[in-house]
Amino acid sequence: MRHRLRFMRSPGGAIGVAIVLFVVAVAVFGPYLAPHDPTAPIGPDAAPPSSHAPLGTDELGRDVLSRLLNGGRSVIGLALLSTALAYAVGMSIGLVAGYSRSKVDPALMRTVDVMLAFPPLLFLLVLIAGAGTSIAVLVIGVAAIQAPAISRIVRTSTLEVSVRGYVEAAVARGERPIAVIRREIVPNILAPVLVDAGLRFTYSILIIASVNYLGLGLQPPSSDWALMVSENREYINLNVWAVIAPAAMIALLTIGVNMTGDAIARSLGRSYVPRPVETVPPS
Amino acid sequence: MTAVAERGRRVRETSPVLAFLGRRMLGALGAILVASLVIFLGTVVLPGDAASVVLGRNGTPQQVAALNHRLHLDKPAGTEYADWMSGLAHGDFGDSAVGLAQGETHAPVWPLISGPLKNSLILALVTALFMIPLSLFLGVLAAVNAGRPADHVISLGTLTGIALPEFVIGSLLVGVFFVGLNWLPPVALVPPGANPLDDPQKLVLPVMTLLLASLASGVRMVRAGMIEVLGTEYVQTARLNGLPERRVLYRYAMRNALAPSIQVLAQNLQWLIGGIIITESVFAYPGLGTTLVTAVGNRDVTVVRDIALLIAVAYILINLVADLIVMLLVPKLREPA
Repeated sequence: MRHRLRFMRSPGGAIGVAIVLFVVAVAVFGPYLAPHDPTAPIGPDAAPPSSHAPLGTDELGRDVLSRLLNGGRSVIGLALLSTALAYAVGMSIGLVAGYSRSKVDPALMRTVDVMLAFPPLLFLLVLIAGAGTSIAVLVIGVAAIQAPAISRIVRTSTLEVSVRGYVEAAVARGERPIAVIRREIVPNILAPVLVDAGLRFTYSILIIASVNYLGLGLQPPSSDWALMVSENREYINLNVWAVIAPAAMIALLTIGVNMTGDAIARSLGRSYVPRPVETVPPS
Repeated sequence: MTAVAERGRRVRETSPVLAFLGRRMLGALGAILVASLVIFLGTVVLPGDAASVVLGRNGTPQQVAALNHRLHLDKPAGTEYADWMSGLAHGDFGDSAVGLAQGETHAPVWPLISGPLKNSLILALVTALFMIPLSLFLGVLAAVNAGRPADHVISLGTLTGIALPEFVIGSLLVGVFFVGLNWLPPVALVPPGANPLDDPQKLVLPVMTLLLASLASGVRMVRAGMIEVLGTEYVQTARLNGLPERRVLYRYAMRNALAPSIQVLAQNLQWLIGGIIITESVFAYPGLGTTLVTAVGNRDVTVVRDIALLIAVAYILINLVADLIVMLLVPKLREPA
């Protein structure tokens, strides 16, 4: 386990982990620390900071600090959920395509090409126009954007691993394909597949926050950092903190995750290129 | 001698440049077709009855049926797709679902999107005008100073920019330059029919937002390409021959470092398109992005699919142009594969 944490020794890695832990702590414990109800007005609209409300009030007179402390769960939770879903779907497809070398293979590659030839945000907006705004559409849409690239990497790694001796030995022992995939292949492809996990998580945060900001994801009165930025944007000259504070929290989260991912990639001797969807290795 | 003459003729007959061009154009056409299918499937075939959403709770079943009929949404999907495509081929973008639902007899989409299209193109072009030379300059600067403070500052700055969503960058910039310093306007409203360039001050913050969000990958690629080329033997030979460093850099190294960079710059331009959708909304800039977001919110499927297709076509054309430029820069690629 010790060597896995080597990346923490670099200053970037240590700072990145500290930032991520701080933001996650705010998201997890924040709701218990919030001084006011995040959805009830406590004073005048868009008032500057006071002793009653340290970060002022928002455009409906609600406490910005309380909303800030409540607004992290949705960003992190939805991004985690859609990234996990993307990995589950992408790995299943990639494993089947790579291990069976069946006709799924060319079809999969063409699908990936189509996904890469289409702006991801546009894909999500078209999906929302057709299916309406809901959390399910958001999570499934973001997972659908990321799954093809994951499946491609999984497929390539599976092709590589499945001709190795230990896999052939397992097949010769008469083990069923499911068992071979689970016991021999998956453990041996996890490292190259998961090295981009941080990137994909950042990307999920970016795109989910952007859709929430556009008002096409989570709906009011949810307290969500991205939604807070857009709700208070119009009143920025009345209480600048109602915009800056949630924007800064999102910034801390994505920068922290990126620094951690960068440090991990460096400790593994890999380069770290942000924005994962475009960084699909040629098949 | 006859062999040479014959080879000359064969080369003239199947000009590799033309063949390449033809192949690429066919590929782009295919990609546009696939994009139109994806957009069509997304907006029309998915569950969710656009007409009843557009009409709201007060719409009677008769009204919903009538609107579906007028939007041609009651036909089989295949016919509807063919109608959309043949309309576009005649320059007819169809009618806005929301416009028809509000009782207008005729609500063509084109007048709704032609002005925003022009505004978005202006914003994109102004940004690209700064983005391309800046990526090249910062990338070369970082490569020449690799490992030194200038390199670290450039890497850290661009990495931070790319980690942030456009709306966060835009909001922080407004916080600094409007609320803090009061130098620049917080919104980029442009009256219908006016040219955004008449008041360039409005464009400063949107362009800065887009640049900060999109510079990183270009700078990184140019830097990586330059470092690789600077280590090659022909650059060393040029240096050993006593050529001035400036000439080595621009005449020998940059030309070969540029080829991969152009594809990344094209990717950057493509990212710009996604970024523009959000940045326009941050600054209330009346472009295609804000129009699209409004239409998605209203479930105005006809407007959404037209704008989505326009954006997808732009995306694909950028790729095509980048491929052609790379081919002109690197003669090696002109050989038939």
